[in-house]
Amino acid sequence: MAVTTPLAIEVINLGFRYPGNPDAAFSNLNLKISKGERFGLFGPNGAGKTTLISLMTGLLSADEGHVKLLGREVGQNSNKVNRLFGFVPQDFSFYQELSPVENLQFFGAWSGLGRRTIRKRTEELLHILGLEEVKDKQVQKFSGGMKRRVNLAIGVIHNPAILFLDEPTVGVDVQTRHAIIDYLLELNKNGTTLVYTSHQLNEAEGLCRQVALIDNETIIARGDLNQLLKHYQEESLEHLFLRLTGKQYRNDV
Amino acid sequence: MMFKLKATIIKDIRVLLRDKVGIALMFIMPIILVVVVTSIQNSTFQLISKNKLPILICNKDTGQAGMQLIKAIDKIGMFKVLKAGADQDEKLMADAMHQKDAMLGVVIPADFSAKVAAKSKNIAGKALKSFGLQGDSVKVGEVDPLNIYYNPVLQESMRLSVEGAVRSALQLVESRETLRSLYFSINEKQLPEKLENEMLNNNAAINEIPVSKEGVRTAPNSTQHNVPAWTIFAMFFVVISLGGSVVREKVSGSFIRLKTLPTNYMVGLVSKQVVYLGVTLLQAAVIFSMGIWLFPFIGLPALNLPSDLLALVVVTVLCGWCAVSYALCVGVFAQTHEQSNGFGAVSIVILSTIGGLMVPSFAMQGMFKSAADISPMHWAIQAYYSLFLEGGKLGDVVNNIIPLLLITLVLQFITFLGLRRKNLI
Repeated sequence: MAVTTPLAIEVINLGFRYPGNPDAAFSNLNLKISKGERFGLFGPNGAGKTTLISLMTGLLSADEGHVKLLGREVGQNSNKVNRLFGFVPQDFSFYQELSPVENLQFFGAWSGLGRRTIRKRTEELLHILGLEEVKDKQVQKFSGGMKRRVNLAIGVIHNPAILFLDEPTVGVDVQTRHAIIDYLLELNKNGTTLVYTSHQLNEAEGLCRQVALIDNETIIARGDLNQLLKHYQEESLEHLFLRLTGKQYRNDV
Repeated sequence: MMFKLKATIIKDIRVLLRDKVGIALMFIMPIILVVVVTSIQNSTFQLISKNKLPILICNKDTGQAGMQLIKAIDKIGMFKVLKAGADQDEKLMADAMHQKDAMLGVVIPADFSAKVAAKSKNIAGKALKSFGLQGDSVKVGEVDPLNIYYNPVLQESMRLSVEGAVRSALQLVESRETLRSLYFSINEKQLPEKLENEMLNNNAAINEIPVSKEGVRTAPNSTQHNVPAWTIFAMFFVVISLGGSVVREKVSGSFIRLKTLPTNYMVGLVSKQVVYLGVTLLQAAVIFSMGIWLFPFIGLPALNLPSDLLALVVVTVLCGWCAVSYALCVGVFAQTHEQSNGFGAVSIVILSTIGGLMVPSFAMQGMFKSAADISPMHWAIQAYYSLFLEGGKLGDVVNNIIPLLLITLVLQFITFLGLRRKNLI
């Protein structure tokens, strides 16, 4: 008898259309991501990665079908669903006028944590992400890499079961990239399901076990990364990506 | 929930305190405005009441009437009379006015005395005939008009008041001449000076009494007018900081992250209202305190607070809440900082103008008078004037604070709809 792994994310018959842009749309999309998985979502600019993550996190509402996170439907009783996941957007989504500590205090409270837990998690995260020395300085004076680390710390302050990461290492130096990836692997080891998008495909190869390639709002390939490479007889994710999505420019308007 | 609200209030206060430009716009600019505008209006008031307006008079007349006219103008007390040579033409008069820094110039024509005397004799003759007595009836032309030259920078209201004053001096000269002529025709001797003065200077006194409620009378002055008006303006200027803060959250993506967290954005909205309402109350406290304690030190009249302090607090809180609601509304609908700052600042100036902060509403005509009703500043200033100038109580300003409250609730509703439309609530 086969053992079924519990699902972290279930996308069921999802349909979505942007108002005023009928060409860009998902239709009857299905996707399952197991609990504890390291899942990569890749595609060219404008393929629909960010839209799909926005639908999974409830930032956008589906026209048809639904998304479930750990069995709870997104969009219903959103406060309970929102406790289940963390989100690290591509933009620096925090208050640049505040220090890392002040940002973590505020976002910790909004994540539903109590005062003591916030203090404890803040200390831990500042230590892990190497921000202790600058914890009281305004973030607007930080380098891009330091800001990325603050962005990540805020996303994981409440120890979410699922973590959505939208290009978490864009524009950072090699050291910071390694530190972030190592931390994400550590989180995954402790049970956090990772859903990751990036254009850094070499980095993704080291992080993701399962991948989905998306183009024109359609999933064109998905499965275990090693098996996909074997199936298409490609030596790297980047080669597989170019083979399936082509080499032409994409103008994402 | 209270912990989240407290954390959000602390965050908003920290963000606000680090926005140096926003703080400068909310506190320093209005303080400068209130001091400068009050000082200028006070100077205008003193120009008439104390300093006197310089007037250059060129008397081409060689008779008594010209001299009497100059004396009468001087006696009005509003002018500092400067005399120019009799040989002035229009160009020379303009040059002389510039040289002597006179805002006004009057040229008395050469035959002024003769014409006034002839006209008076004619009127006296007509009067005697109507009494059934013998009187001379001479045919005379009109007295040549007096030319009043003025500096174009002089405001129309001031010019009209000058014209009225000169006309009253002219009336006095003509009346004196008519009286003398009449007296001479009847008695064949000169009118005694004492009697002449009694007849001409027995005007009833005029008392100016500011309209007040419940017998409390506060003499209106530039401070009583300007401090409430510019306090309202300052409160609405939070649109720059608060509108910008909302736009910054949207542009930076913080809204996106906040929406994925298990807390309703209403908490954020309430926090901003609490913090910025505090800011508006602080602005009012600072500006009122300046009016009370600082103004007398810089030669301006001190601000007298209304007798009903509860009413003052109620009006100030409502005005502050309305200003905050307006700023939130602008911030929610603006897409960029430029839109928020530009629209916010310009709309505040327009609303304050039609609301009667810069031009009194009673001086407005037609459409603009009706438009005042949609400006929250109109209702706020009417309430403040009732308290500061008329000695009104809370009951007297209910008619003003109800529309102010309604406008606030409409703004809150529009903000709510805007956030719903953007899927943020």
